Amino acid sequence: MNRSMLLRRLLQAIPTLFGVSVVVFVLVRVVPGNPIAMMLPPGATAADMERLRVAYGLDGSIVEQYVIWLGQALTGAFGTSISLRQDVLELVLGRLPATLELALFATVLAVTIGVLATMLGSLYRGRWPETLIDTINGFTLAVPDFIWALALILLFGVVLPILPISGRINPRLGTEFLTGFYLLEALLTGRFTVLGDLLRHIIMPSIALALPLAAIITRVLKNSLAEAMVQDYVMIARVKGFSRWRIIWQEALRNAAIPALTLTGVQFTFLVGGTVLVEKIFSYPGIGNMAIDAVTNRDLPLIQGLILCFAVIFITVNLLVDLSYALLNPRLRS
Amino acid sequence: MNISRRTMLHGTGLGAAAMLLAPGGALAAAHGGGDVTIAYHVNLPSWDPTVGLSAVNPTIQTFYQTVFDQPITQNPDLSFSPGLLTGWGWNDDRTEIWMDVREGVKWHDGSDFTAEDVAWSLRRAGNAETGNPMQFLWSKVTDYTVSGNRVTGKVAAYEPTFFKWLSFLTGYFLPKAYFEKVGADGFEKAAIGTGPYMVEQFERNAFVRLKRNPNYWGPKPAFETVVFKFVTDASARVAEVESGQSDVTLEIPYQEYDRLKGKQGLAGVTTPVSDIGMIFLNDIEVMTDPNVRKAAAHAINKKAIVDRLLRGYGVPIDTLQAPEYAAFDASIQVAYDPEAAKALLARSGYSTDNPVRFRIQTTRGFKPKDYEMVQAIVGMWRKVGIEAEIEVYEIAKHYELRATDTLAPAAFYNWGNSIGDPSTSTGFAMFGPSPHSVWDGQDLIEMIGPLWGEADEAKRIAGYRAVDRHIAENAYVIPLLQYVQPIVHSDKVSVATHVSGALLPQTIKPA
Repeated sequence: MNRSMLLRRLLQAIPTLFGVSVVVFVLVRVVPGNPIAMMLPPGATAADMERLRVAYGLDGSIVEQYVIWLGQALTGAFGTSISLRQDVLELVLGRLPATLELALFATVLAVTIGVLATMLGSLYRGRWPETLIDTINGFTLAVPDFIWALALILLFGVVLPILPISGRINPRLGTEFLTGFYLLEALLTGRFTVLGDLLRHIIMPSIALALPLAAIITRVLKNSLAEAMVQDYVMIARVKGFSRWRIIWQEALRNAAIPALTLTGVQFTFLVGGTVLVEKIFSYPGIGNMAIDAVTNRDLPLIQGLILCFAVIFITVNLLVDLSYALLNPRLRS
Repeated sequence: MNISRRTMLHGTGLGAAAMLLAPGGALAAAHGGGDVTIAYHVNLPSWDPTVGLSAVNPTIQTFYQTVFDQPITQNPDLSFSPGLLTGWGWNDDRTEIWMDVREGVKWHDGSDFTAEDVAWSLRRAGNAETGNPMQFLWSKVTDYTVSGNRVTGKVAAYEPTFFKWLSFLTGYFLPKAYFEKVGADGFEKAAIGTGPYMVEQFERNAFVRLKRNPNYWGPKPAFETVVFKFVTDASARVAEVESGQSDVTLEIPYQEYDRLKGKQGLAGVTTPVSDIGMIFLNDIEVMTDPNVRKAAAHAINKKAIVDRLLRGYGVPIDTLQAPEYAAFDASIQVAYDPEAAKALLARSGYSTDNPVRFRIQTTRGFKPKDYEMVQAIVGMWRKVGIEAEIEVYEIAKHYELRATDTLAPAAFYNWGNSIGDPSTSTGFAMFGPSPHSVWDGQDLIEMIGPLWGEADEAKRIAGYRAVDRHIAENAYVIPLLQYVQPIVHSDKVSVATHVSGALLPQTIKPA
């Protein structure tokens, strides 16, 4: 992908984000549930209700509200959260690193499990290990992430209480961070006790997220690897006397990886969406957890900010996936 | 030293495993060692207890009461005693209020708590621009003046419950000098109060760690550090306390409560709280027929619902007053009488063969067994000649429909009243002009209207009891039960219950 293509892709993101903002703005206002009605205390009158509607900028038409919101958003002001009373952008950016760390950790885990399972299945094609892997794969695929989350809590939190059930870090550590990327920061600053604690907290939610994704990766990668294994260049490698492991690892896997990479990119965005439930179950303080509270409280500015954030992640990941094609396949670089 | 890739990978793997499995404080809820961990069921959205959505959320008052203190302390049985105010009252003709401010109290930053802080806080609460959701109440007293440790204010409109609210929602005192110095944003980031615990670390949606206030004017809390983990998923809360990672948790399913309290190392306490389940009746469609309403009320076996669905954790009620509320009257009863229900329906031409039909709305999972309760009620109704269609909605939709008076003819809801005053339950729920009420009957407007400003307290309470009796006789609403709050805790600590539902860490002690 050359520079002009990259620029074109970035420009294409603008109408996409605009469209998302319009759809979200209208949707969150037409679904049932009025944030002002929710915050009415006992004794409030209809006049108090109207006063609050004006105070929170909900008294105009949807079009008027959107124009005001868009004007402010273009200057970087996404409004103030109704329930948290803080700047939406500050809130979202404050939480995003936690979700990104979780999603990336889960993706790395899923890719590792997926590649290993595929390699093992391919090495033992037609024998019992492949059958076992396929069976486990089918089971893993059938169980959604939140069920894995509950099962993991029961197993490693209660029956074998070796991992913490909730949160991102032990509240007693009293550690302060400069950035929201705790794992990375702890690693770079050499705080290994803190790093260990962070890993203990992230391992269960990331496994819950990773297992279904790993199953999908395994399925796609295994199929494309099977196709690659009958290609001419693999036959040549066989003729040369390369071992089966070397043929898979060095010759076939790189070509077979492209469909799996596309899938991983797309699934990453779904995985970020999937953090909503998993973060809630593990009380993990990311944007998914915040999204549930925002929807429950009908916190309209925050819901808009969060969905736009999800949209930006989606666009960015797709762009990165396109860029990575070029790295894997030289023919696409031109 | 020559490190091969294999050695490096091997070492990294071992290191990672060691880090993951190293015995860390993460798994130990260190009770008895000076700290206590509570797996709490809601997040704390904001640290300003006087503005925004969280200010009127009863479940969050636990944090505010712990950090900010109450101007007037609400005791576990909902009675009142001196807090930051040592005395309070009205003058004889109810044109002024006075409040005596406790001396020797310090803010968490070490500065003195003063009468000026009290006056400033109440002026701020009454100012519409600050966004206090109960500004309508606080603005009923104006022109505060300070003389020594006494604050006085002019009564613009007499409000009998003014002082009761100083023990609950939005009625907290904030530090004038500190707030003006750091601003609203700064206060949100580093809140200080006068309460028994100070905020040490707050990670939004994750936890808050509180430290004992060394200068606290009241009894010293037993634990040096309190950690509230925000664990909003009930299954995770159960796991937290079962695994020993938290010492205390609350609001878990009753079947889990029964299971956990019998486990070694755990114990449980329950208390009826100031929260009731009820069915709003909207005066539309068939609900304008008194026979239908009365039949619907008589056909419900509340005791069976409590015993079978809530495992006995509930108190059947017949008015909107729970037994701990000021205007509770045990003599007002609506009997479970399916035969009477059939007879009433027959008078309007309905029977099991020709049932009266209407919709009933309910949440599902918002309160314990809410949907199942409505299912059971619909089953009981069916036996007498009422065919109700269940519509499930989100709680947010309920608020919107109620505020616009567009609820279905029947709608299940829960109603809290932590100050225990009848104006907050019967008053606001049944007074037609209130946005909280969907019953618009003129008879109730005329009965409740004069009670808002009634200066004679005994007369006011008697008036509400008469309203409750009138409501029960005419079945304008169907009260169902008072909820019971389950708390599970380690047997190494003892936990005091509070009828308001607050779980106050200062009342938790080593067993």
